[in-house]
This record gives sequence, structure tokens and C-alpha cells, in this order.
Amino acid sequence: MSKVEFNKETGPREVFCGLTSIVWLHRRMPDAFFLVVGSRTCAHLIQSAAGVMIFAEPRFGTAILEEKDLAGLADAHEELDRVVNDLIARRPEIKTLFLVGSCPSEVIKLDLATVAEKLNKRFLGQVRFVNYSGSGIETTFTQGEDGALKALIPLMESSDEEKLLLVGTLANNVEDRFRKIFRNLGISNIESFPPRQSTELPKIGKNTKVLLTQPYLSDTVRDLKHRGCEIISAPFPLGIEGSTEWFLAAAKAFKISELKVHEIISPLINRAKLALESHKEILKGKRLFLLPESQLEISLARFLHNECEMDLIEVGTPYLNKDLMKEEINLLPNNTKIVEGQHVEKQLDRVRESNPDLVVCGMGLANPLEAEGISTKWSIEMVFSPIHGIDQAADLAGLFSKPLKRNQILTSKTLVTH
Amino acid sequence: MELTLWTYEGPPHVGAMRIASSMKDIHYVLHAPQGDTYADLLFTMIERRGQRPPVTYTTFQARDLGGDTAELVKKNIKEAVERFKPKTLLVGESCTAELIQDQPGALAKGMGFDMPIVNLELPAYSKKENWGASETFYQLTRTLLKEKVSYTEKISPLRWKELGRRPKVNIIGPSLLGFRCRDDVIEIQRILSEQGIDTNVVAPLGASPDDIERLIDAEINICLYPEIAEASCEWLKRNFGMEYTNSIPIGIKNTIEFINEVHKKLDLPLTNKKELENKSKLPWYSKSVDSNYLTGKRVFIFGDGTHAIAAAKIAKEELGFEVVGLGTYSREMARQVRATAKELNVEALITNNYLEVEDAMKKASPELVLGTQMERHSAKRLGIPCSVISTPMHVQDVPARYSPQMGWEGANVIFDDWVHPLMMGLEEHLIDMFKHDFEFVDGHQSHLGHTATNDKDTLYDDEKKEKDSKEGIIWTESGRAELIKVPFFVRGKVKTNTEKYAILRGIPEISDETLYDAKAYFS
Repeated sequence: MSKVEFNKETGPREVFCGLTSIVWLHRRMPDAFFLVVGSRTCAHLIQSAAGVMIFAEPRFGTAILEEKDLAGLADAHEELDRVVNDLIARRPEIKTLFLVGSCPSEVIKLDLATVAEKLNKRFLGQVRFVNYSGSGIETTFTQGEDGALKALIPLMESSDEEKLLLVGTLANNVEDRFRKIFRNLGISNIESFPPRQSTELPKIGKNTKVLLTQPYLSDTVRDLKHRGCEIISAPFPLGIEGSTEWFLAAAKAFKISELKVHEIISPLINRAKLALESHKEILKGKRLFLLPESQLEISLARFLHNECEMDLIEVGTPYLNKDLMKEEINLLPNNTKIVEGQHVEKQLDRVRESNPDLVVCGMGLANPLEAEGISTKWSIEMVFSPIHGIDQAADLAGLFSKPLKRNQILTSKTLVTH
Repeated sequence: MELTLWTYEGPPHVGAMRIASSMKDIHYVLHAPQGDTYADLLFTMIERRGQRPPVTYTTFQARDLGGDTAELVKKNIKEAVERFKPKTLLVGESCTAELIQDQPGALAKGMGFDMPIVNLELPAYSKKENWGASETFYQLTRTLLKEKVSYTEKISPLRWKELGRRPKVNIIGPSLLGFRCRDDVIEIQRILSEQGIDTNVVAPLGASPDDIERLIDAEINICLYPEIAEASCEWLKRNFGMEYTNSIPIGIKNTIEFINEVHKKLDLPLTNKKELENKSKLPWYSKSVDSNYLTGKRVFIFGDGTHAIAAAKIAKEELGFEVVGLGTYSREMARQVRATAKELNVEALITNNYLEVEDAMKKASPELVLGTQMERHSAKRLGIPCSVISTPMHVQDVPARYSPQMGWEGANVIFDDWVHPLMMGLEEHLIDMFKHDFEFVDGHQSHLGHTATNDKDTLYDDEKKEKDSKEGIIWTESGRAELIKVPFFVRGKVKTNTEKYAILRGIPEISDETLYDAKAYFS
């Protein structure tokens, strides 16, 4: 392991809670509905994070707790029953209903597992009920997906069939590309989790080889291991390097020769390198500060340093699973400063002191930093954009070069006309 | 438990944040879990604020719950006070913290600080954002001024005469994330100053705690946004005798009424009465011949109470529209909105459910929708032009240019914003005239190429199929041919009415003649 400096920080944090992941999860599974059992704050959070609402009726909502629900839990359970009945009557096409716990529902100890169990019996064969917590007292941002996936594992049937299981939400087009490449490598049995239809859950067992696409799935990985799955240790498929290592690790698990991998992905690498050039020109030597939010920070730092030649000032992460991130950390340059957790005020002091060229941060902090003359990139964009894989390496770099390029345009002193 | 897919208002602590962020030298310590920090982006993204809201979130976690969350609160308060050195501290809790009952306000008061501390108790499970803002501003005003009540004489609105200076007023209510507040304040100050009236304090927007203490230097209060200002204005009236205004200067008539009210309260002679009629272009633009086509345009209005009521009055009295729907999501303003709706002969819609609003909109088949950012989406889906008149808003509703809603310039802005989404007068006649030419594309909308004309026609086709089978009514060849000649923007209404008429009369097949019979029947 390279000499990486690990730090922990506690204090006030400025991050989203796990409920936010509903925004991309509900799009991945168009036959699922996410019902948060929470407060008006929860409803307001999701709609604010999702930005402007463009659909007629979203597949997520909040059962907002009211005073009378707090008075007696028995009544709250009944009320939730009523809400669920109404919802299913209104949206008969829903196949899976996620009951999502929130901070208030956790604090009053509303037992969503029991509720889900009862509902499962009543709606047997029609709708499946799954519960997990997206509460901010337990989860940060992407950890919501970890909770949702973990909750689905008990529903997955067992099978000893050999297969490659890609775990973590991917953009559909990226997933298609990956499948094609794996097929070309000679891996034919490929499934994804979460699947595109909530009812088409992959079967798992001792011959399931799990390849993670996202770094924030600690709990899901643990439960998949318990079900006998083999976890392929690899960096994450961000950038050329990460994706190459990721393909190589998968190939190794399926006893496919390295040569074959290189043969298939070399043309992809060559054209990706070409596409990366113009971004690298802008990013090279620029100093980067990553604030914690998505848990993608370490992989992004590795990509932006190793392939785009940026200098890393600080790499924040809300939570660090050293075991899961082992391969990534190995690829980081020496003396990389990783900070787990946050004291947002102290961290912003360090941002100002270190005078970075680019800060990756949440939406609440971006404009205030821009107003101080510091270019920023929203971390939420990483979970909404197709950034995985070799073919997307230049697009990923583009997310970071664009603010710098824009800054250059807006601050250039003379108007050059050709 | 209430199923909510989208909410017009946030929780009450977001209202408190609106007050804290609007002001200077204030800090708000909010006992809340980390996810609640999302609220910062409302200010930094929608308002494009270059500063973080002055809020410290305690961001307690599950593991803290077993231990001492009260200590965590105190630690955060201490750090926030040391770092931000506020002149006044607001302390409160969000929905989750309310359940664990740490009483952060009481804790803060026991920490021995010199500065005034406002303990905010905002019931998160029964109240909403605007109430939270109103309560916060009220508690703040009360805390900063309550000691002066006993030794301050009742303030007469005529005091300026004794003091031998121009009258002074406070402008109360403008806040961040309010609709066009920044520009309204400039417009109202300009109008007051033209009338020889000085502005003493604008609050909360841009005010510091010192300014709040100076509120009583003015003779009267301008209650500009009652949703937020009324509770404080009422308290100032009760305790200091300060009178406050009731009229909201949105639209020409309302602005004139407002100026009259202020003059009357201050006993200041109004010398430029005639001049006021010509301060805005709206009356002339509305009178000009091109605006003839505005007559009777069907308009559907939904928003916060203040803006919805004002919009209804302008629509009817100043633009000659027909108001076919009026509603609000502010329960606090339900009574006033109902009264206005009654005058207009429509039923008021009081709801926080946007799907109900969309249904009502569909049924009213308006030609223009005035609403919040959500009604803009609904109207877009239905292919109806829309202008946003109220919060909640989107970043595009915070324009870079000066665009108030209030006063003379506000009336100009309203004329442009409401009329431009519609087709212009002469153009409408020309389109009607040429629509049977082969070059003409059905649904042509002149400069409004972006509206969902095609969607509307699809919608209409779908509806037709559905209706045909459901009601058993058949449109004959001639009936269809006649229907297609009706301008597309009223076609839906004509179709519904004709079918209604057919059912009423037991006519199984609709011909061109049925259409004309129906037209005569309903006119």
C-alpha cells in the first residue's frame, strides 16, 4: 500500500442523506415505487435534490408523519396501511414498493420491517414490499443505494450457475457497453444488480462472481458474501486505468488470459487516450480539493491524478471502507491526504488556505465558493452522469475541465478575435 | 399521515432559514441531522447566493442518540458563536430533533452569552415554511424589542408632524426565496420617496438586529407580504401602537389604493392623484386596440394567497380576462382567497396537492395559467401558456433584470409576462383567417413555437377516443370537419361543450349542426 495519509474528522457535516439516492434508483427500476416514511423535510429534500420536476407523477413520494401519528405507533401503522392501499390503487403498475425509513421514522422506532411483512402477505403475487433506511442519522447520500440493494438480497433466489454479476447502478448505455465487452471477452452469463426491472432479480450463489461498479456498497457486499458470492477485488471502472484493471480482474476470475483482454480493449484505450488529451491539457498541474459526499472521491482522485495529472490537495470521503477501497488506495500517489468524515467549517478553512484550482463539493457550497473565486464541480453530477468505463473517460474528465475552461474564458483580459 | 409527491412549502425551519439568511449579523444553530443541510442549496442554487446561509447544523447521528446529544448541541453553539460572532443567535430544531427533545434554545440560554438568543419552537409535524418564517421574524422582533415596550410611548402615525420631518415607514416582510422581493422593495421605496415618505427599515431582507431595534423610529409599518409580516406588524401595533397597511401594491388599482392608504394613515395630503394613473404603461397597453383580443381570455390562477388574490384582481379588472379558477396552497390565507373567489363566481381551490390543481386546471380549460413553478410544468403538459406569479420558484424565476411585481414597474412587468405567452392581437386574427390555406400548419402559434401544440392535439385525440367509447357518442364526418375548423386553443372546450349538449339532448351522433346548436345553447 502506498504511503497514504489517513485522517478522521468529526463535526458539522454538509452532505445529503441516503434518501437522495432514490432520485437515481427509481429511474433504474421503472416498475418500483419508493415511499419514504418521514417528514415534510424528507419530501422537500428529495424534490430539491431532484431539481425541477418534469414528470406528471413521480415514482417516489413521502408519507408525511403528522402530530397524530407521533402520538401512537399503532395508529401510525394503520395510517401507513391506508397510504399504501391508496397508492397501490392509484399506481397498479407498481411491482415493488420500497418502504424507506427516515430520521424521524427511525427515532420513533416505526417498525417498517413488520409493516412490510404484513403488506407482503396481503398483496402476495401483486406487489412486493421491501424496507430499508435512507435516514440521515445512519446514511450519507450514496449509502441509500447500499441500503436498498441490501434489502433486495433476501429476495434473490439461489443458483450455482456461474455468472458475472455487476453490482451498483449504472447508466443503461454504459451497462450495455460493459456487457458487450464482457461478451467479447468470452463471459456470456452477465447480470446486473439492481436489474432494470425490480422483479427480475438475479439468482446468486457460490459461482456468482461479483464485480462492483460503485464504491459505496459495503453492506451489500457483506451480504452477497454471506450468500456465497465471490467478490472480485478490483479498482472501480472510472477512467482508463481503473476500467482496465477492472476488466482484467474480472477476466482473471473467469480464467481469461490478460492477452485476450488487452486485445479487446486496446483499441478502446487508444481512442480514449486521444479523447482525453484536450482535457488533460487543461487539468494538468491544477490543484484539486475533494469535499466528502458520494464516496466516489477516492476513485475520482486516482483518475484525475494518474490520468489527468492533477495535484491532489485533500481527498474527503464521508466514509472509508479500507478493505473495499484497497485496490484504489494502492493506485493513489504517495502522501495523498485522505480525510474521512467532516467538520465543514474547518474543511472550508483548509480549502481557502490551500487555494485550489478546483473543488468538488455539494450544491449548497458551490456558489459560495465560486463567489470567492474558486471553481467548483458538483459531486451530485457524478451519480447522474454516465461516467463509467473506458469510453466515458474523456466525458468524466470533461466534467472537471469544463469549469476550469469556463473560468479561463470569463477571466481572460483581452478579447481575442481570429 | 399524508401522501405527498411534491410539496409547495418546505418545513417550518426552512422558513426560519429564510429569515436568518435574509438578515445580517444573525446566526442560526439548527439541531438537525446531516441530510437537512440540503436546505442550503435552496439559497445558493435557486437564489444563486454567493454566501452560505448563516446556519450551523448539529448533524447528529444515530450513534449520538445513545449518548449526550445535548452536549453536541452546546459544542456546536459554542463553535458557531466563536466563529461567526453573531449579534443575535437563533436556536431551533428540525423535525427529527423535535422528537428527541434536547431543547436547544434553553441550552443556549444557559451558556452565558451576552447576545440576545431567540428560542425557536416551530412544530414540524403541523406547520410549514411560511408559518415558520412568520413565527421566526415575530419571535426575533419580540425578543429584540420587548424591553422597550414599557418605556416607549404609543407611536402616533402623525408623529412626523410633531418632529418636523418627513414621515418614516418600515417595509416589513421581504425575504429570500420570496417572489421578486428584492425588486419589489426597490420599487416601493421609490414610490414612497416620490410621495415624500422615507423608509426607516426594510426587514428582514438586508436588516441587522440593530435595524430591528430601530423599527420603532418609524410612524407606520408597510405590511408588504402578510404571510411573513402580519404577525410581527400586529405585535408592533399591539405593543407600540404602530399602525400597518393592509393593501398590497400589486397592479395599478392596488398600488393606487396602497398609496391612498399610506397617505391616509399618515395624514399626508395626496397631491398627485391624477398623475398616478399614468405612472405605469399597463392601463394604456390594456386599453390599446391590440389588447382587444385579451377580452374574456380564460385564466386559471394558483399560488400563495397574496399573489393569487392580486393576480385575480388584475386579471379581471385591469386586463379584462375571465378568471376561471382561483386557489392557494396557503391554508393561512384560505379565508381571503375564498372571499375573492366568491366575488369572481368561482370555487376556491385550497390544497397542497399539485395533482388536484392540475385536475382543476384541466377542467377549467383556461387559455392562460398563472401559478407557481409546478403549475408551469402542469400547464406545459397540457399545452397551455403559463406565467409564474408566486413561490415556490425555480432558478429561472429569479431573473437577472429588474422585474418587480409591485408598483408601477411591477404592473409593466406583469403586463409583459402575462400577455407575451398569449398570441398577439392582430396576429391571432391573421392566423384564424389563413388557417385553411395549404401552407398553414395546424396549431401554428406565431412566436410561440415552443408550446406543446402537438401534445395538445394528441391529448385531444386520446381524449376523443376515450370519450367516444365511454359515452357512446359518435362524431360524424361533418361534425369532425367542423370541429377541426375551430381554433385549436378553444377546440377542447368546444368539443366538451358539444358532447355535454349531445348527452343533455340525447343526441347519439354529433353533426356540424349539433355543434352549432351547442354553440348557441351555451352562448
